[in-house]
Amino acid sequence: MPPGIWLTVFFIIPLSLIWLFSFGDKRGLVDIDLTWTMANYARAMDPLYLQIFLKSFWFAGITTLVCLLVAFPIAIAITFAPPRIRPVLLLLVILPFWTNLLIRTYALIAVLRTKGYVNFGLEYLWDGLNAVMLFFGMDPSGLIGERFTPAPILYNNFAVVFGLVYVHLPFMVLPLYASLDRMDRSYLEASLDLGATQFRTFLSIIVPLAMPGIISGVIITFIPALGSFLTPDLLGGTDSQMIANVIERQFKSANDWPFGSALSFILMYITFFVLAARALFSRRGSAMEAG
Amino acid sequence: MRRLLAKRTPAGPLDYIHQGWMKLTLGLSFVFLYSPLLILVIFSFNDSRRNIVWRGFTTKYYEKAWNNDGLIDAFANSLTIAFFCTIISTILGAMVALLLWRFRFPLKGAYEGAMTLPIVIPEICMGVAMMAFFSRVGWPSGLVWPFNLSAITIAHISFCFPFVAVIVRARLANFNLELEEAAKDLGASEWQFFRDIMIPFMKPGLIAGALLAFTLSLDDFVITFFTSGPDTITLPVKIYSMVRFSVTPEINAASTVLIAITLVLTTIALWLQSRAGQKLGH
Repeated sequence: MPPGIWLTVFFIIPLSLIWLFSFGDKRGLVDIDLTWTMANYARAMDPLYLQIFLKSFWFAGITTLVCLLVAFPIAIAITFAPPRIRPVLLLLVILPFWTNLLIRTYALIAVLRTKGYVNFGLEYLWDGLNAVMLFFGMDPSGLIGERFTPAPILYNNFAVVFGLVYVHLPFMVLPLYASLDRMDRSYLEASLDLGATQFRTFLSIIVPLAMPGIISGVIITFIPALGSFLTPDLLGGTDSQMIANVIERQFKSANDWPFGSALSFILMYITFFVLAARALFSRRGSAMEAG
Repeated sequence: MRRLLAKRTPAGPLDYIHQGWMKLTLGLSFVFLYSPLLILVIFSFNDSRRNIVWRGFTTKYYEKAWNNDGLIDAFANSLTIAFFCTIISTILGAMVALLLWRFRFPLKGAYEGAMTLPIVIPEICMGVAMMAFFSRVGWPSGLVWPFNLSAITIAHISFCFPFVAVIVRARLANFNLELEEAAKDLGASEWQFFRDIMIPFMKPGLIAGALLAFTLSLDDFVITFFTSGPDTITLPVKIYSMVRFSVTPEINAASTVLIAITLVLTTIALWLQSRAGQKLGH
């Protein structure tokens, strides 16, 4: 069973190694003593790091929520599109997902930076507004400022969440579409026939029927967003560090492998916990359906 | 697109796509998803170093990227790693898929679960684990090409072959077991059956899996970032260090090339899969 051996040697053993490191003590530059100390995990509970964990949860949570709100109309539109253009629309959603993550993040820098396209557009609007106000004899300086100040939208928390949404949107659309596509449309017709409004139908019929897709989408968006390294690294400012950035620092510049390992394992335990909760939930869901 | 969306019949209550706000949402979403990438590609041809205004068409940044030895070396490394990673991942992935599809054995659930681990655990954790592993076992560095890339290649294989396994297994799920009975009835040995029936049947899955492994390996940044050394830099790692340094049209040119390669390979993979699916349907 070569694959089993490969997985053991080049995956399980490396993971076990950092699992052991996480209970170790740093001695000197490279030496790590395995003392079964819990100090590294205790240190992760330090308010400084706890705050970074909370911030990561917050970023991933907002990202997931925004993705859900944006992806739902997209998924509905694709589901009810004529069968001929449905694959085209799906492909259009998947295609950016196949582009390199680093390149997509880099592309956002050009859009968001101070001399980027968003600010370019804003300046254009500002100039226009300024001209209009002058034309009507008003003094624009009081209302919109003396001169155009570029909006600071790169290297802060906003840019990180924007980047995370940009990167993870396809993750949300696909499971939503998969569950909406299986939906029996006669329920919708019945609901509308019986006088429910579109909004009511959406809330009482579409959302409950799409619930498995919503849960899958939330989970496969939340988990990678929580562990993101590149997006906060390239788009974030000094206060937009996420867990992965701290882990990277422990392994590269700070050279504190035991603490980095402990943080890695906390991140992995969270991942497993979310996945296990989902498995439990879906089992209960299918049991209810069967019963 | 607009012509396709506009239908002559009046929109029914379920024709959500014909409602204005729905079209608007869909349109805005695609603008959101595509405009940054389009801008990146367009401005790789812009004849201006700093300005964001269009100053005329040029390919000089492609020439510049082509003459940038560091960039070309990194690209050659990426292709070499992706090549070896693809071959080994495809073989390993196909073995996993066959094993899980064909045999029952003790701890099968655990085996299957372990095989999905590299897909689900956060990339950063896998990256640091690989970094710790290679430094602790004293993996030799500075070997002759292509063995200097072995650490990165091994790390890539570890996260690629489970993906190949998933794809090949999906293909195997459609296998008609009567084919096996027929082959055995006609006197085929186990090996003949495998060579003449199974391999041809698995082929679309194998090709799709191989292309996926190739693009995953070519595109990977995080895991490579932790396993690459000063002499073993891949294209994404090189682009990363260039991005950290400054934003130049040269990066746009290198990125455009990488996007183009990924797009072509993905299109081939999707086309092969849909063709295989159609064959199955008829």
